[in-house]
Amino acid sequence: MSDETAGNGASATVNAGYDEWIDALAEGAGYALVCPDGHGSLPPRRVCPECGSSSLSEEALPERGEIETYTVVHVPSPRFADDAPYVTAVARFGPVRLTGVVRGVDPVNDGNGDTGDGDNADAVDDAVEVGTAVEVTVGERETDGGRVVVFRPVEE
Amino acid sequence: MTGVRVAGVGLTQFGSQPERTGRDLFAEAADRAFTDAGVDRDAVEELNYGNFMGALAEHQGHQAPLMAEAAGVRCPATRYESACASAGVAVREAVRTVAAGDADVVLAGGMERMTNLDTEGATEGLAIAADDLFEVGAGVTFPGAYALMANAYFEAHGGGREELAHVASKNHENALPNEYAQFRKAVSVEEALAAPPVAEPLHLYDACPITDGASALVFVSEEYAADNDLDAPVAVTGTGQGTDRMALADRADLASTPAADDAAAAAYDDAGIGPDDVDLAEVHDCFTIAEVLAIESLGFAEPGEGIAAARDGHTTADGDLPVNLSGGLKAKGHPVGATGGSQIAEVTRLLRGDHPNSDHVADAEVGVAHNAGGTVASAVVHVLEVAE
Ligand SMILES: [Zn+2]
Repeated sequence: MSDETAGNGASATVNAGYDEWIDALAEGAGYALVCPDGHGSLPPRRVCPECGSSSLSEEALPERGEIETYTVVHVPSPRFADDAPYVTAVARFGPVRLTGVVRGVDPVNDGNGDTGDGDNADAVDDAVEVGTAVEVTVGERETDGGRVVVFRPVEE
Repeated sequence: MTGVRVAGVGLTQFGSQPERTGRDLFAEAADRAFTDAGVDRDAVEELNYGNFMGALAEHQGHQAPLMAEAAGVRCPATRYESACASAGVAVREAVRTVAAGDADVVLAGGMERMTNLDTEGATEGLAIAADDLFEVGAGVTFPGAYALMANAYFEAHGGGREELAHVASKNHENALPNEYAQFRKAVSVEEALAAPPVAEPLHLYDACPITDGASALVFVSEEYAADNDLDAPVAVTGTGQGTDRMALADRADLASTPAADDAAAAAYDDAGIGPDDVDLAEVHDCFTIAEVLAIESLGFAEPGEGIAAARDGHTTADGDLPVNLSGGLKAKGHPVGATGGSQIAEVTRLLRGDHPNSDHVADAEVGVAHNAGGTVASAVVHVLEVAE
């Protein structure tokens, strides 16, 4: 029952505002809501969460974003059972950050496992790092076909 | 305003006990708290009870009346939910209620039953503390969210897995003599580094376990303690709470915890003390990186310096400021909705001198408890002091 009713994983639940936003993202027309002071947020919103302004306008997301942090998830939630291991990242796109799955990179490295040497090297050390330029689109989870925000590295 | 005393503390064994109902767990913790306090159940005027995922784990909503029955009290009872800070906010309201003079005796604490779910179910249950639309739907698990913070911290300040392994090793060492702890086994830095990954850079020993357990505390007014000749030497002198944006991506900074900064500032102000006055702390180390962020928010280390505190011995049992002498969430265990109350119980025991690790802090007079919800979108800090 929980999967049928749980937010983004749902086939039956309509999330007005969010659904339109992810539709737009899938069509290459992703946007952020921006207040007169330039604070960005994601829908549905009635006021800016930073300053309370009710004057929000849709602003197109830049074509490229930049990864600010990422992780390789090995132990997934049920909705991502068949997707693991996978890379999840937070990337800056103009006035907002987005959270998504990084596709087009191999989450498991070339056979030598995690280095465990105490530094921050890990499985995707060559393909994804803080500062990697990405584009954003919408893909499907392998597990259940649910929609997911997807980042793909792009040439600088 | 009146002084607030901890009259009694009660804990269950923390660990995997999947056959035990939530009502039985809380009943045991409450029973121990009443025995410790020497206070009659009849005297309780309110129950503030913390629980996070009982609707998922036990198919049980509306738990407060059930837990009032289990504890044998008949009074207004309310469930508090702030993810892993559920018991912290329940305690905070109990403290505020007594301090305001609205009640002389309040029972507070919490319970979580988790191991009756399989790993997938528990992972899904914990994930609901994050933003379902924008985070969970993008593959963020509970360990994954802290892994995102860890990588952001490493990027901003340096440090890495080895420093985190020292946090894990320290807390496992501290849990060895703790009779309530889930894991009473030493873990070396090398073992922690060699463990399998959960959400890189976090590996198995960076993460707290899945735990069943309950905590209960009897709070009384200073006057009630005196009138009834209670042995209640520890006072709660400060309480503070902070809130941040729900989703990590919406925070001003990914490598710090402003909600805990706010909670700590308010609690210190309330108590009239500062970080330099603190002798020991129990902090919310659901993951090793969380302890690093917590001690920075509490002012025990400058931003970027908390990562080395365990490795350099500042926060070890014999360091200048022992952190998580109970074993922390890491080794003592993390029954989510009980944890904030358990921390208050452990700080109280440490200050009273009846904790197995009290000898490490024999002269301690001031202790702090830091309890966080989600990725620290919620934070609660309490200051406890030896009053007599
Ligand atoms: Zn604004």
